[in-house]
Order: sequence, then structure tokens, then C-alpha cells
Amino acid sequence: MIMSRTLRASGAAAGLSILLFPLYWMVISSVTPDARLFDAPTLIPRTVVLDHYRALFGGRDFWTPIRNSLIVAGATTGLSVGLGALCAYALARLQFRGRSLMLAFVLAISMFPQISIVSPLYLLLRELRLINTYPGLVLPYLTFAMPLTIWLLVGFFRQLPAEVEEAALMDGATRVRTLREIILPLAWPGLATTAILTFLYCWNEFLFALSFTLGPERHTVPVAIALFRGQYQVPWGEILAGAVVATVPVAVIVLIAQRRIIAGLTAGAVKG
Amino acid sequence: MASIALDHVDKTYPNGHVAARDLNLVIGHGELLVLVGPSGSGKSTVLRLIAGLEGPTSGRILIDGEDVTAVPPERRDLAMVFQSYALYPHKSVRENLAFGLQVRKVPASDIRERVQRVAATLGIESFLDRKPAQLSGGQRQRVALGRAIVREPRAFLLDEPLSNLDPLLRVDTRTELVLLHRRLGATMVHVTHDQEEAMTLGTRVAVMRDGRLEQVGTPLEIFQRPVNVFVATFFGSPAMNLWRCRWTRTATGIHLASGGLAVDLAGAGGTGWNQDTVLAGVRPHDISLVPHGDAEAVGRVEVVEPLGATSVLHVRIGHGSARAIRVVVPADLAPVVNAEVAIRLRHDRVYLFDEPTGVAIMRS
Repeated sequence: MIMSRTLRASGAAAGLSILLFPLYWMVISSVTPDARLFDAPTLIPRTVVLDHYRALFGGRDFWTPIRNSLIVAGATTGLSVGLGALCAYALARLQFRGRSLMLAFVLAISMFPQISIVSPLYLLLRELRLINTYPGLVLPYLTFAMPLTIWLLVGFFRQLPAEVEEAALMDGATRVRTLREIILPLAWPGLATTAILTFLYCWNEFLFALSFTLGPERHTVPVAIALFRGQYQVPWGEILAGAVVATVPVAVIVLIAQRRIIAGLTAGAVKG
Repeated sequence: MASIALDHVDKTYPNGHVAARDLNLVIGHGELLVLVGPSGSGKSTVLRLIAGLEGPTSGRILIDGEDVTAVPPERRDLAMVFQSYALYPHKSVRENLAFGLQVRKVPASDIRERVQRVAATLGIESFLDRKPAQLSGGQRQRVALGRAIVREPRAFLLDEPLSNLDPLLRVDTRTELVLLHRRLGATMVHVTHDQEEAMTLGTRVAVMRDGRLEQVGTPLEIFQRPVNVFVATFFGSPAMNLWRCRWTRTATGIHLASGGLAVDLAGAGGTGWNQDTVLAGVRPHDISLVPHGDAEAVGRVEVVEPLGATSVLHVRIGHGSARAIRVVVPADLAPVVNAEVAIRLRHDRVYLFDEPTGVAIMRS
């Protein structure tokens, strides 16, 4: 009994350490002086310096990419959840012709490999003079954020008891009022999960951000980090410090909301 | 208060299921009409059609003579009590009651007063600030009722509101509903699958089967003059006994014979004597145990089901061929199992039905 419990615990510990080791290595490398980076590796850092972080925010102005990322990911999430909620409610509840076709279409769109739409989107955005602007990132981001949002929310809305909505209609509330006062408050865990997942996707997105921005004033965090690399040298320390800074907010959000996210990811799986 | 009318209403669901076939029904001002039928008979669909939650495939729905077929539910000013109660789980009881009034932009002071008054009537004042999840089934049921009453709607639609209550509470609440209906004088449509509930509640009862209205009438009319076998067996507990009988005319009426049963009935008027055989029905309460000399049939008691004041006997007539006859007798007169008993029917309570169609044959 005790044996099996220790076995299980050590198994979990082993698995966890495999998962966490790269993160750990990222953190300790980010506080190791450049000169030591390629020495014989040690698990416990012998000297801890914050040079890389200082360089990140002093020398490079890492605040700009962070601000860009927050604006783009935040705006995309807001728009996506706001519009997606209306759309998902209609798809989940209202009777209209071609509903399942539309839902399948939404799914199909999210199946497009990003790389396949980069060129057409680039041309489109150039025509619209949106290259290197925030809308120029938010709009393309919606192409993958909206299908994700809609699919998750349709699942959540379908789980809500239809009779509660009907009760609100019978009470005299319009569809919009029912959505606002009854459905959205009830679907709040689903909305939060969806918002977090959408935010994460946007925060991590690289290809569109690289393709549709021109200068450092519009680069998002992943792009900025990737472009640290100069012609003759790769500033590993700063790259890793940047990675730590980019990971922390995400990790905090996920840890706070982990229960809801798990519920959100499995929602719709149980109920067909 | 309002009158509600269905005018040639049909409802076919997209999957091909026909839930309502050419329904015509008028529900008068202040009437409590009970829609009753087995599950799948379309009674809930009728309620949802009146509510506007479903649209008819064809036909019209009228409220106070005005065609509301195309009017959405939120503008019909009807209140509905759902089987699951469908309370707003994130709102307190007070907010649940107030929601329909807030939507109608009733001033806040009026809302407070009306909610208070209805809560007092239903005895739910003490938990006005609780959430539905913290209430028992009976309390939730009251809140659902209160949410409907507080609105003072044109009519109430009740979809099996008692079916989730335990039996004792159900009977109490049933009585309260009757009193409530009398006090409000409101038009109510009540859906149930429970024939006893239908009999006790309704000023009129509408019996449905397979999307059709089989019979509409007062509870006693339906009990005493069922139009067909379905209605006859659906009402009454235990259910009516049925025998297939050969019949012959006699000088004074007709003679029915079936297995070990032989009955002479006076009068054979009416129509419907098309076949050689008819179905004869007698309710278990209308059969009595008699001395052997007066017997219309003799049988052996197979099962005795004591119900307290009465007992239900299952009497096998003849040699195992026919179904056992159910007879209700006072418990203290119940014979023992395997006893031989002689039975006699109450002749004025014998129902005859045409054999293949099940339509009642009215003997004058």
C-alpha cells in the first residue's frame, strides 16, 4: 500500500521533472552570466546575475513588445469572445436553415494551415493599408480565434438547460435580454475559459506577427525574442530572459484558472 | 384573464414526428383545463404551441380572439411553470420573482410590494434571499409558481408541475392549485400524464393520444361517458375490465356471453352494432361479490391486493383463458386467495365498444 503510493509519487515526480526541466533550465540560464553559459552545465547556478534582464529592459526596450502583445491579444480576445458569444448562441439555440453546415464551415476554417493563408492575408492587409498596425494583427488573429471561441462556446451553451431560457422568454424578456441576463451569467465559466485559451493562442502566435509587422514598434513578444539574434552573435541570455518574461503572465493565468480550463477543454466531450 | 383557442392546429417536427393533428380546442376565461395523456401523446407540445415556444406547422392559435400564431413568446403575456421549474440558478428567489416585472419596467416599489405579497401567499417569504440550489424540491416548485403568479399574466401554462414532488406533497400541492385557481380566477392549462391529477384538478379535461384530442369534457363526463376504449381504460384506477363478448338480441335487450360470463342487459338502442362481437367494459368498482345463485360469472381469486380500505381481487373466470378480472371490494369482505367467488356487474355501468375501432356504443 505504502509501497505503491511511494511508487506513484516518484513516478509523478519523474514525469513532472521531465516537463519542468526545460523551464527550469530557461530560468537558471537567464540568470547566468554570458561567460558561464557554455561552461560545463550545473543544476544549481553558482553565480546569479540579472544582467540579461537589465539588458532586456534597459538596452532593448522590451516593454514595447510586451505592450504590443497585450494590446493585440487583449483586443483579439475581447472581440472574439464578444462576437463569438452572439454567434455561438445563435448556432447553439436558434433554429435556422443551414445551421449545421455553418458550424461545419467554422470548423473547416480553423483547419486551414496558417502558412497557407499568410500570403493572401498579406496582400489583403497591404491593400487595406493595415500592415504594421494593431488592426493588421487583430483581424488576422480573429481568423483562428473566432472558430476556437465559437466551437468552445457552442458546447457550453448547449449544456445550459433550454428550459431556463424558455422561462426567461415566457417572463417577457427578448432574446438579447435573455442572452445578457440569463445565458451569459450562467455560461460565465465557459466564457472565462474561452477567453483564457484565446488569449494564450494570441500571446504565443508567431507567424502572423512576424509576417504582418515591419518594425520593432509593432513587434509582439515572440517576434521580438526571435529577432534578438544578430548577424554575428546570438544573445542566448537575453533570449532566455525574454522567454521568462513572456512565460510568467501566461503561467500565472493558467495556474489561477486551471480548474476552469480543464473543465472547458473537456466540455462537450462528455455530452454529445 | 383570457380565453385561448386552437384552430385546426397541426405540428410536425422536422424529424417527421407528428405531435399534433388537427387540434381544435377552446379554453374559456377562468377555466382550468387539464391536458392529459400518456407520454408522447403531444400534450406538452400543445402547451408549447400556446406558449409560442414552438410554432404550428399549420393552423392558428388565438388568445382573446386575436391571432397570435406569429407572436413570439415574450409578447404573449402568458406565464409558464416548467416541469424542471427552470428557476434562474444565479438569481435569488426574490430576483427570480422580480425578473418578469423588471422586464416589463414595473416601478421598483411596485415590484417589491408584489413580490412580497405573492411570497406571503405561497409561504416562501423566509427564503426570498436564497438561491434556488439551496431550496428543496417543494420550495422550488413554489418559487416557480410564484414567478408565474407575480406577473399577473393573461393565462397560466403548467407543464407537469407536480410530477417532481414526492406523493404526499403532490396531493397537498394539487389541492393548493385548485384553491389558487379559484382565488385568482385565472385561465390555466395544466399538462399531466396522471389521470387522477386530471380528474381532481380540472374544470374540464382534454384527453390526448398520438397528437389527437380523444375527448374533451368535465372529469365526470369523461369518467362516466368515455367515447372510446382508450379513454375508458386511461381513467380510473384500477383500470376498467374489458371482455370480448358475443352478443345476441333478446326480447328486452341484449345478451352478452364470454367465457364463463353471461349478462343480460336491458335496452339495445343506439348505433354501432356492426360486428358479431363487442368489447364490454366494467370498472372494478362496479363489480360486486354476490351469493352463488345471483352470479353472472364464477371464478377463483388469484391475487388479493390490500389497499387499506379496499382490496383489489384478481379473479380468474373459466379455465385460464381470459385475462383476470379486477374487482374492488371493501377490505374486510375480501376473500382469501384461491376462494371461489361469484360476481355480478352493475348493469347501468357496463360500457360497450365496437371491436376493431374501440368507439363507444351508446345504448340510449
